[in-house]
Amino acid sequence: MAELNHIAILPILVPMAAVIANLLLGNLRSVSRVRLNLAFSVASLLVAILLLVVLARSNGSLAAVYPLGNWPVPFGIVLVADRLAAVMVLVTSILSLAALVYASARWHSRGANFFPLFHALTMGLNGAFLTGDLFNLFVFFELLLAASYGLALHGGGRNQVKAALHYIAINLVASFLFLIGVALIYATTGTLNMADIARAVPLIAPDDRGLFDAGAAVLGVAFLIKAGSWPLHFWLPRTYSSAAPPVAALFAVMTKVGFYAILRLWTLVFANASGPELAFGQNVLLVLGLATIAFGSIGALSSKALDRLASYLILVSAGTLLLAVGYNAPGVTSGALYYVVVATLAAGALFLLKDVIDQILPAEAQVLAVSLEIYGDEEEAPDDGEEVSRTVPGAATLVSWCFAIAALIMAGLPPLSGFVSKFAMISAALGAGPTAATWWFIAALIGSGFLVLVAMVRNGINIFWTSLPESEPPRVRTAELAPIVLLLTLCVLLALAAGPAMAFFTETAAFIHSPTGYMDVVLPKGAAP
Amino acid sequence: MELILAAAIGILAASGVYLILRPRTFQVIIGLSLISYAVNLFILAMGRLRMDAAPILDGANANPGDYVDPVPQALVLTAIVIGFAMTALFLVVLLAARGLTGNDHVDGKLD
Repeated sequence: MAELNHIAILPILVPMAAVIANLLLGNLRSVSRVRLNLAFSVASLLVAILLLVVLARSNGSLAAVYPLGNWPVPFGIVLVADRLAAVMVLVTSILSLAALVYASARWHSRGANFFPLFHALTMGLNGAFLTGDLFNLFVFFELLLAASYGLALHGGGRNQVKAALHYIAINLVASFLFLIGVALIYATTGTLNMADIARAVPLIAPDDRGLFDAGAAVLGVAFLIKAGSWPLHFWLPRTYSSAAPPVAALFAVMTKVGFYAILRLWTLVFANASGPELAFGQNVLLVLGLATIAFGSIGALSSKALDRLASYLILVSAGTLLLAVGYNAPGVTSGALYYVVVATLAAGALFLLKDVIDQILPAEAQVLAVSLEIYGDEEEAPDDGEEVSRTVPGAATLVSWCFAIAALIMAGLPPLSGFVSKFAMISAALGAGPTAATWWFIAALIGSGFLVLVAMVRNGINIFWTSLPESEPPRVRTAELAPIVLLLTLCVLLALAAGPAMAFFTETAAFIHSPTGYMDVVLPKGAAP
Repeated sequence: MELILAAAIGILAASGVYLILRPRTFQVIIGLSLISYAVNLFILAMGRLRMDAAPILDGANANPGDYVDPVPQALVLTAIVIGFAMTALFLVVLLAARGLTGNDHVDGKLD
């Protein structure tokens, strides 16, 4: 058991070692440095796989608990790697490896200090997923945000700096809200350990309940800002679409940190609480989830450029996840966990794909396609036969296939994994006894799928059915195409292995929805009520 | 003392929110700094206000009631450091935006 507990800190240590190594190397630019960074990224992927395999082999209620500095648990900071955290760490590692491979082709040299910032972001993400302490969560949030500020500016330009300015200001305000929430929760419960908070909540004096609820609500607002929930999401499309593509791909997992924090804390503290705390804020989560899905779908319909479309798809997935958390049923949560893996990987692939398409298709052709759509195709030039018989080059075919797969996953059409996840969520929602919320839930999932499909198909027509330039067939670097294919292949494989994957997620969700299990694992024996 | 502290937090936070909503980047950064002061004081206040009490226990049989809660002080230290670093980082971006857009509007355009 002792070895198991040490695994919990490795996903933080490996990226940290990478950051240090890169800082020692300075601004040296060479092939060996790129290889070194890829090696670090592969190592953290292996660690994440190891963590998941160890947890998956044991029964569902096991978690690796690592008290930092070996302080006794409610007093010291503790890392808790349960299955939920392990899944999120694995998704982060896969996405960061793919983005790093992509960036190693050319994007890493567009600005200074790409690699240390990139690994620092990975470290912050892993830490935020693994920590079991509320204030430590704040520290890891700041770590990942600080790295993301630098990465959002990578490859700088006017638009990027303007978008980053808004992004930083909003996240600083969100951090202050986070602190206020944490302070209020500490004032009323006297602890910062998440499991200990869940233990202490039923014991709060009735006079302090309002204060605690206010603290939880303020904290929730901070998380909702990070998750990209509806009235608080306005920074998201602009920041994501102006960031460098590999950075935007890794950002796809950043909104999931907000989702993770809400899922973890809400299910732990509120979802199954008794008395006045029962399902505190559930309706807010449901309404915000619906509004986010609606806004994201409409935004996706309205966007002409693929990067903006991908940003709105992130909003749609954020809304879907919020709605699933708010639904508060283990079956729906297990579907949502499947969904978060698939949606994150596919959104990351889409951001990378956008950059590849930009290389294949010159900017003029894209502008032409969009303006044709707006102003109408007045002079439909009757093309000569030679245009039609032109063979589509291999790279373009592969790219269009990738786009089609990403579209199917995002829209949730069978037979791919997007459909499996939505089917799992809807069938669990119906199985748990339909209420009014169920029909809203189903309508939102299916309706958003339809709108996303329309948006993706229209974008695909504009991109791939425009006549390619007359020049030689486009060339795409293997290092840039490989990560996209890898990410989408993983999504497809996840659809093939849907049975075992869903079984795993069902156990994970059952563990999430039984807070006593989490408290028993984290707190010393006899502390839980 | 409670009244003075509460008033200080309230005034700092209110001024900070007002300044954040202003259109110039310099006002925004001053507003963020003011809010961070308000938040730091707030965290300190959440450990209950005590005068002339040390945060460190001495002796094994000391009565915790004679001491002030050390945790919020540790939290405030961390929050101050992080807030300071983020403000410095924001300042750099602010200067970059000023250089690239030629003015100090938050949207990068002249009104």
